[in-house]
This record gives sequence, structure tokens and C-alpha cells, in this order.
Amino acid sequence: MSHTPFACTSPSDEKAMLDAVNAKSFDDLFDLIPADFQTDSFNVPDGLSEMEMMQHIRKIARKNSSDLTNFCGAGFYDHFIPAAVDSLTSRGEFFTAYTPYQPEAAQGTLQAAYEYQTAIARLTDMEVSNASLYDGGTALFEGMMMALRITKRNRVLVDTGVSPIYRTMLRSYTRNLKIEYQEIPLSGGVADRAAFKAALTTDVGAVLIQNPNFFGCIDDLTDLIEDIHAVKAISVLSAYPVSLGLIKTPGAMGADIVTGEGQSLGLPLSFGGPYLGFMATRKKLVRNMPGRIVGATTDDQGRRGYVLTLQAREQHIRREKAASNICTNMQLCALRSIVYLSLMGKHGFADVARQCMDRAGYAWTRLKAIPGVEPLFDRPFFNEFALKLPKDASEVVSDLIEEGIAAGFPAGRYYEGMENVLLFAFTEKRTKKEIDILAAKLEAVL
Amino acid sequence: MKLIFEKSSPGRGGVRIPEDRISPEEMVPSELLRGELAELPEVSESEVVRHYTKLSRLNFSVDTHFYPLGSCTMKHNPRACEKAAAMPELCETHPLWPQLRHGGLLTQGSLQILYNTERLLSEITGLAEFTLQPLAGSHGELTAVMMMAAYHRDRGNHKTHIIIPDSAHGTNPASAALGGYDVVTVPSDASGDMDIDLFKAALNDETAGVMLTLPSTLGVFNPRVKEIIDAVHAVDGLMYYDGANFNAIMGRIKPGELGFDLCHLNLHKSFSTPHGGGGPGTGPVGVCEKLRPYLPISRVAKTKDGTYTLDYDQPKSIGYIAPFYGNFSILVRAYAYLLMLGREGLRGTSDRAVLNANYVQEKLRPHFAAVTPGRCLHECVFSGKSLGEGVHTLDLAKALLDRGYHAPTIYFPLNVPEAIMIEPTETETKETLDAFCADMIEIAELSKTDPDALHNAPVTTPVGRLDEVAAAKNMDLVYMD
Repeated sequence: MSHTPFACTSPSDEKAMLDAVNAKSFDDLFDLIPADFQTDSFNVPDGLSEMEMMQHIRKIARKNSSDLTNFCGAGFYDHFIPAAVDSLTSRGEFFTAYTPYQPEAAQGTLQAAYEYQTAIARLTDMEVSNASLYDGGTALFEGMMMALRITKRNRVLVDTGVSPIYRTMLRSYTRNLKIEYQEIPLSGGVADRAAFKAALTTDVGAVLIQNPNFFGCIDDLTDLIEDIHAVKAISVLSAYPVSLGLIKTPGAMGADIVTGEGQSLGLPLSFGGPYLGFMATRKKLVRNMPGRIVGATTDDQGRRGYVLTLQAREQHIRREKAASNICTNMQLCALRSIVYLSLMGKHGFADVARQCMDRAGYAWTRLKAIPGVEPLFDRPFFNEFALKLPKDASEVVSDLIEEGIAAGFPAGRYYEGMENVLLFAFTEKRTKKEIDILAAKLEAVL
Repeated sequence: MKLIFEKSSPGRGGVRIPEDRISPEEMVPSELLRGELAELPEVSESEVVRHYTKLSRLNFSVDTHFYPLGSCTMKHNPRACEKAAAMPELCETHPLWPQLRHGGLLTQGSLQILYNTERLLSEITGLAEFTLQPLAGSHGELTAVMMMAAYHRDRGNHKTHIIIPDSAHGTNPASAALGGYDVVTVPSDASGDMDIDLFKAALNDETAGVMLTLPSTLGVFNPRVKEIIDAVHAVDGLMYYDGANFNAIMGRIKPGELGFDLCHLNLHKSFSTPHGGGGPGTGPVGVCEKLRPYLPISRVAKTKDGTYTLDYDQPKSIGYIAPFYGNFSILVRAYAYLLMLGREGLRGTSDRAVLNANYVQEKLRPHFAAVTPGRCLHECVFSGKSLGEGVHTLDLAKALLDRGYHAPTIYFPLNVPEAIMIEPTETETKETLDAFCADMIEIAELSKTDPDALHNAPVTTPVGRLDEVAAAKNMDLVYMD
């Protein structure tokens, strides 16, 4: 029998309900809309049954390649996800709920968000975190805007070690705003201290940096952040959360605002999303932080509970004067991260970071030994590094795709003069054998 | 309930990962490492499973409760859409592969889904092109405002402000401001529509555009919309359709045919992707032909040989607004839903969403002050002013929780005092609606006979009313051992 999928009323219900509202037909319900506004063309195909729909999508999905060994990262990484992450976050009580406007009926969502905030604060070594933003790029933009609101300045300095994808986004977003945007080129694979010092005048409001940077190099940015503070500007540091399992934290370096892409904390790559932007800061800056924030409080009987708090910053109250236009967070993705981090735990999460570093360390030794291959920068790295090849990196990648390997990301895509540079990423999922095959095949195509 | 951090005990382990070491040396000097490990919980998998399962049971959700949250379209989320999106071939593709030479061939399936979904949304809205990139409804609004700005810059127009009715969602003015425009707010008239005289007085050569929610947040269709559109076009302004309430008119009204230039849709509303406890959303934006050049990079295209590709060569584009192609796995869910509904299903869905809202409106009209005298569309709005003395809409909302319903949207739209905004959606039975209305009526009566019973609500939820003032004052935002 044909019916409207997922609707719940029977024909006799509908007749009774139409009678109750004094309408003769469904068309009657729309009689306040002038007839000439209503369309007479609607060329959408006929509906499919569930079975047919699944067959249709499965057929399309199979056109994706699914047996590639992936060494392409560039900010988005192929990490292991424990089974319990999917199992818990696919509970309908979580994913069919909405923004916790009624806290008494949403303590599950709210407590999980508070736990997520706690985990992010501990990873980054910062005092507070919000309940998440869209992705790492928009989080960095929001961090920049937050810094400019606090300093009441309009000049921004951006290190070119910040992901070029994010910098392209920043240029789009700042175009209509009265913001002076200046990029400072890397020097020897890290932020150019002298160039920053020269550019850090008292009209600079925000300085955007990334660690590890796009080329995988890690650095202690403490001295740069001191220089930033010397002109009363605010540092916004974009971080890769898995690296924080082991490397020196933004908090320890004195960062003011920390943002980043949370995809690596239990979210599949999924061709670009949904991902998770995180943001952490110092307590004294929290009133300028964008996004949902969850706080602990008590009810009339003294029981602990959680609510959305500091809402006076937000668009539904402040409208055009709000801290941001953001309406909600990425709660289900944030839930995935806190479940992931709980399953991994204090030591397991550090082990993941150690495995990533270990795989990258081995590959570094193997790959740079190939004749004609040399390091782009000879700097400490976390799980990713760039090598200069004797030929065009895009061509090399294309050749290796034929061999079932996504060898890396060609830096020349976004950096002028780096046509021969290839960026290789390693996670705990990559094995010695896979890296050996990569080394052999790479050598063969050079 | 204890926090997961409070359940931690040193040495308890969760998921194991391999411990083999293959690197010949430690590559990172110790001064670049963190001093102490982050204090994440040390708990077993079974504790994690039990903890989050228990937490989930503290929530109201569409799966467990009627959730008539106005303007949010809390409809059933079909499980087939979840299953389709979980196919490994769709989850495991790296978003940068298409930027590798010949890499597009690795992701033909994903690109085809994007392409097909864009075509479907174009047909449904009557707009020439769609971008699926915006990561939420408000992000779609911002993307649209950025395209407005690019269009006016290209035309050499001097535009300073965007006009927005006072009944709009707060994201409209916030997005306009973030796009570099001043906001001119126009009050509503007695019928809840933007006051046409005040609108015309606000409109001038410096008007970049107008953002209009249709049907409005009162659930009514502005019959003078064409007059507004013509006036805006006369000053080379652009008309923006906020698709928050699109569930009311699918298959009946195409914003593009009415003359709207841009539109965003909330896939988590009309197209049934899950709300996730507050995200991820997705807010695709459609544009008319003349705005096509300004769409964000990249564009998915179909080549002559039938393969799909991403086009980055768009010189007039506003640029990147997201790292990639939107919340892809959410888009797969929407695509699956659209395929199952089809032409008749889309129209039938809106028909029933509107019938259910009108049915609730007429059942409650004798007991609550309805905002509109006539029919509504997908939602109905009342004022809580008809409740007994000293009883507020908030009390009604909390009393509904005790009766097993999520509360309607309250205190929105802002132009209705003590607003109660009910959106039942099409995925509820008549029995549910009848029971809900009976409880609403019982609460209305109770507000006059025993107001204290309502002031104390809720009493059946895991916690009672929480002290929000203390929360904002104390700022306890992370757990301290």
C-alpha cells in the first residue's frame, strides 16, 4: 500500500483531523497562500522503498576506493576508532535529542558536554573549554575574532605554518570585515621569530600559530607568545589533539586561546565531515568565548546538575551584537570524542600518540635514505614530515595511487615553489610492512 | 550521577592498542614533550559503556518522547538513513584525495552523492545551484551573506545594511553582522508579518538585501511576500529565504519561483538528519543563476564522460568557507531520506506536518490564546498570558516534562509575550496529539486551581529546576579533582 513514508496518520485519522480543523482537503490547509504562488512543476523522482534506496546508495558507494593504504594527512588523520564509540553514540536517546533548552530533560547530553569540556581543558592544559564548534578552521576564525573583540584591535598576524586550508578560509571570512590580515612566512620550518618581532606593533590584536605546523614540525612557542604578550596581543594556537598525548601543551607555552580539529578523537574521515572544532582558553577570557558552554550547578534540592551557561554572549539574546552567529555546537561529535578519550584513557591515549611518533620516526629513517630524497626541514616532528623529491610530487602521488597507496599530500598544491615536496602522515594504524612497501614503491617511481 | 572522571582508578585500562616499536630512535627531544600525561579517566570499557548508556537515559529524545519543539522540526530519524551513511566506503575516504592528481577517481561515489543531492535540492527549491558546504544553518546564513557582499562588490553597489524582521531567529542578525553589514530590524504587524509600511520606510539604495523566514516563526505565510521581493529587487537588493520552516511547504512552494535569490535549508529539520543533542547540523545554500559565480570553492561537477569532479577554478567565488564539502555523512542521510520520500512523499510530508499543527491549534484554541485567528502552517504559537495568575510559560514547560513530553519552544518568537511554540511534525500519531492536548488543557486548568503544583515542576526528572544564575556566577565549566 502506498503511503507517505514515516508519517503516522491513517486515512481515517486524517479525515477526522481535517474535519476538526474545518478543512475539506489537504489543499484547503494552504488556502491562505495565494494559488499563483504554488508550483505546478515538481520533478523529483518517485520515492524508493528502504530496500531499493539501500541498493541504490550501496551501488554508488562502491565507486569509492576503499582498499587504499593512506599516508595522506595534512590535518585530517586516519586513526583507529574503538567499536564502543559507534555503539554508544548511536543510541537514539543521544542522537535524536536536541540542544538542551530544558536542562531537566537533557542531563545526559549536558553532563557529557561538561565531561568533554573537562577533557579538552586537560589535553590542552587550559582552564576552560566550550562545548565545541563546527571544525578546526571555523574554530580558528572564531578564536581570531575573540582575540580582536578582547583587544579591540583589527590587525592579525598569521604564521604560514598554519594549515593553508584554514588560511584560505580566514581570507574568505575576513574579506568583508575591517580586518588587516598579514601572513608571516615560515623560517627553517618554524615561526620566524625575527619577522614576528618586527611585525608585532601595538595595533596587532591576534596572532595565529599552529603546532605541530602544517609540515609536521613541532616547536616550543613560549618565547614567541611572550613577544605577543609584550604588545598586549592575544595568541591563538591551533593544535592537533592526538599530539597533545605527548608533546608540550599550549597551556605550558602560555597560549591564550587554543583551537583545533577534533576529528582525530574518534571521528571517521567521512570525506570531510562532520568534524569537530574545539576551543579552550583562560578563565578570565571566557565571557568573550563563542559557542555553547555547559556549567555545573545545583537544583532546589542541592543535587548537582548541568545547564547551558553564559548565554548572554549568544545570538538568541544579543542578536547582531552577539559574540558569534553560531547557534549550536557539534554535540554528537563532541560525545564521540569524550567516549573515545574515556575508552583510551590516560595511558592509552598517550600510547596512541607514541605509536604515531614511532611510525613516523621509522618512515623518516627509511624514506630519507632513498637516493635523491631529502628532508625539507630537519626539525623534530610528531607524526608527519615533508620530503623534497627529485621530481614533481603530484606525479609521484598519481603513480603510487595506481599501486594502491595514497602516498601523501603534495605541498605544492598550496605553497609556491614546493612542487617537489610531499607531506607524509603516519598513525597507529600504519604497520612496518606498509611503510616498507611505501619506501620500495616510492623508490621505484622516482 | 558521577562524572566519568570520578570513576577513574589508576591502572585500569580501556581499549588496548599495539605496543610494538619500530623506530630506531626517539625523534622528539624531551624539552618538546609535555611534563605529565593529561588526566584522562582510567576506566574499563564496561564502565564506559555503562556510564554513557546511563547518561543517555537521562535524556528526552524523539525516540523516547513527543518533542514538539517549535521551529526545530523534531521528526523521526529513519534508521535506514543511519545505515546508509555508515557504509565503510563512505566513511573511510579522505577528504583531500580529490586534490591529488587522479585522486578524484578514488571518490567517485562520494562526489556522485554530492552532485545528486545538489540537483534534488535545486529542484525542490527552484534555485539554479546549491552548495552543500555550510556546516550548520547559521553557517549557511553567513555563507549567503558573504555571497550577497561579493555580488554587490562585483556590481559596484554601495550597500550598508540588511533588513530583518523582529520575529527572525537571532542567527539572522548575527550572521548579517559577521558578513560586514549593519542590521535594520523591522517590527511585525498585528498578523505577525513584517510591517510592510515600516519595511518600505527602511528600504533604500543602501539595502543589500532582506532575510525573510517563510512561513514566519509564527507559522504563517506572508501573502505580501511578492510585493516585498519586487521592492527589494528594485534597489538591486537580494532576497534571502531562511529555510528553517521549509517542512511546511515542500512540493508546494519553491522559493526560487517566488523570486528569492538565495536560500538555506536545515537538513536536520525538513530532511530528517539527526539533531544529535545539538549538532552536527548542515545548512546547504541555494542561489539563483546570477549568483552562481560567487558560490564557495569547490564546486562538484559532472564531466562529459559521466565522471564527477571538483572544480576549484572559480575566480569570483567567495572562497573556502569550510575545509571540504560540508558534513558529508549528514548529507548522505538527507540524500537517503529524499530518495525514500520522492515527489509524493515530500508533498505528503508537508501536508501532514501542517495538518498536525492545525489539529493541535484548534484543540488548544479554546484554552490558550492563539496568536493567529486562522490557519497555521507547520507550527502553532500561543501566548501563555492566558495561564492562571502568577503562572508563566516556563511553569507550563516544566509541567509538561512531568507528563512525559518535551516542552515546546518557549519565549520565542520574541514578539509574542510568554510565547509557546508547538511544532508536532508529521511523524506523530493522532493519539499522541490527543493525549498531549489533553495534558496541556489539564495544565491550563491547574494553573488556575493549584498554581503551586506547577511552580514546583518538574518533579519526575533526574534533577529539578537548576540554578542558572549560580551557574553563570560560579563558572564551574570543567571538573577539578
